[in-house]
Amino acid sequence: MGVRNTLKLWWSRLRGALAQAPLLGWLLGALLAVVVELLVGAPLAQGLGMSKIPALFGLTLMLENPALIPSAIAYVLLIYLLPVCLVAWLTTPLANRVAARLLRFPLGVSVVIHLALLYATLHLWSGVSLYRYDVLRYTLIAIMVTLSLNVVNGYMGEFSCSHPGFMALGAYTASVFTVVLFVQDNRFGPPLLPPALGPFTFPIALILGGLVAALSALLVAIPSFRTRGDYLAVISLAFMFIIKSLFENLEVVGGARGLGNQPDWATLPVVFLCTVACIWIINNFVRSTLGKAMNAVRDGELAADAMTVNTRQTKMVAFLFAAFWAGVAGGLLAHVTRYVNPGTFDLKKLAEVLAMVYFGGLNSVVGSVVGATTYNLLSESLRPLQDFKWIIIPVLLILVMVFRPTGLIAFKDFDIKTLLEPKGKR
Amino acid sequence: MSLLRVEQMTHWFGGLRAVYNYNLTIEPGQIQGLIGPNGAGKTTVFNLITGRYKPTEGHIFLNGHEITGLPPYKIASQGIGRTFQNLRLWRHMTVLDHVKLAHYSRIRYGLIGAFFGTPQRHREEAEIESKSHELLELVGIRHLADQIVINLPYGAQRRVEMARALAVEPKILFLDEPTAGMNPEEMMDMMNIIRQVHEELGLAIFLIEHRMKVVMDLCQKIQTLVFGEVIAEGTPEEIRNNPKVIDAYLGEEVEA
Repeated sequence: MGVRNTLKLWWSRLRGALAQAPLLGWLLGALLAVVVELLVGAPLAQGLGMSKIPALFGLTLMLENPALIPSAIAYVLLIYLLPVCLVAWLTTPLANRVAARLLRFPLGVSVVIHLALLYATLHLWSGVSLYRYDVLRYTLIAIMVTLSLNVVNGYMGEFSCSHPGFMALGAYTASVFTVVLFVQDNRFGPPLLPPALGPFTFPIALILGGLVAALSALLVAIPSFRTRGDYLAVISLAFMFIIKSLFENLEVVGGARGLGNQPDWATLPVVFLCTVACIWIINNFVRSTLGKAMNAVRDGELAADAMTVNTRQTKMVAFLFAAFWAGVAGGLLAHVTRYVNPGTFDLKKLAEVLAMVYFGGLNSVVGSVVGATTYNLLSESLRPLQDFKWIIIPVLLILVMVFRPTGLIAFKDFDIKTLLEPKGKR
Repeated sequence: MSLLRVEQMTHWFGGLRAVYNYNLTIEPGQIQGLIGPNGAGKTTVFNLITGRYKPTEGHIFLNGHEITGLPPYKIASQGIGRTFQNLRLWRHMTVLDHVKLAHYSRIRYGLIGAFFGTPQRHREEAEIESKSHELLELVGIRHLADQIVINLPYGAQRRVEMARALAVEPKILFLDEPTAGMNPEEMMDMMNIIRQVHEELGLAIFLIEHRMKVVMDLCQKIQTLVFGEVIAEGTPEEIRNNPKVIDAYLGEEVEA
């Protein structure tokens, strides 16, 4: 009993101490952890009997070879958990003071510094292997898609199924733009513009992809927003299939074989910046009174109408806005895989995106980030289980639905200032 | 010129005549009541004037401009605020957000402001917020501003609806049974709020009510609606003594 109580005491003390650490401290800790991994990760992994650094926090290794479970856990503890917590704890007073000082400048300064730390951490972490680099970029893109779908399904409470279609449109538009203009390609011939210009026009390609997706969203929005109900779900599902078969039959862009040869411009910094922009803009929107009109439409359209809200316009804007970001994410995805085919944007993709939205939490920016990240990391880590993966993930989803019907972190406002503020007594 | 004028409004739901040859004039600052037995079409009259339904026949003028057939949000932004018989609050939103959102038609920052958080947006949002706090103060629930509405007791929810309707900055306020489901104490509070709103903001009020005490105390003029037709119109005193009204409505209630 004595030992247990002592442990409990220490545990609560530890938690109390760590709760005082501001985000700045945690980011510093994470940065240190990845530096430690770079320096001693490989020898430590070998010392623990693993052939190489565990790619994604060791879960894959444990599943492949249960004998390595203790080593994988030890590795995660020593490399990640310990340094992160230690730094967060040790720097608490200092980090709190710095965080408070930073907030005296415009909020932007604080944000940029935090983002720089975060980026440095991600950059170093993903530098260890190409696999990590890819997983990270896919995850960031998934965050964009999830968040944009959350605008429609969560914030506005409609059920849309057309996101893979919007992604496909964005992916193909951006790909055709970059490949035709800047790449020597069998199908499209020599580049029309000097390739050196290319990277600077990449944002245009992405935005163009987003705009095409948004424009096509009108086709779904105009008939389905005349009334409420299940129309959107049905029409948007049909739209998704139409887009897929459109690209399957469009030989100009490769038909079912797909379109390759995209330039390698969707590097980590580019994807990171796009994700940050996406989160920032969507968060701005959903927290404005114009954006809250979506919630009013969801919770009671009649009342919204009577309170001067133009409900039809609100629904249109939200839907087109979400489609735009799905298009941008699709464009990025095409340039990460550097190949697109219509098969990518099928029902399975839809199921994944929906799963991420509902897993993370409706009506919540943080929820979408958490949902997309968890889902992607889990889905990658469970690869060794092969088909059983498709049993475990749905079961997890069902559990979330049973115990938290609106998702892990639902109906939370994401306030950047609160996030960056120093913690504890001031 | 009268503030609100309805001329010979008739409405059919398919083969059912819900409202027949309805006329109404409300002057600025006047409180007018609409009473009648259940199913008489009172709420339908509200819904017709506020644009939820389009009248089959007839004309509606607000401040001399015809508003017949306009969509509800346009009619609302031209100066009609309303509450609902069964509360229609937005269940996931805070009290403050309710009142802020009813300022929707005054927002000028547009999508650019919404997406990028421009200074203009911050200025307008701050303005709306302080106005909303004032309205919450007026109805006596300022301390509840950050609560999610479904967590509030019924009386407070009614007040949220009132504050929200006022945030539309109406010239005339439509109240659909504002004291429904309230205990006598809450009812007195609500009547005080209605009086206060009437006096401080100089609003005209159009009121549907079942409780005679509320109608008789508050209204300067009352219409009695039975099966979609006005059978009597006049001061509370006249209505109280009108045999047709007693027959159709008051008599029944006394017996029950």
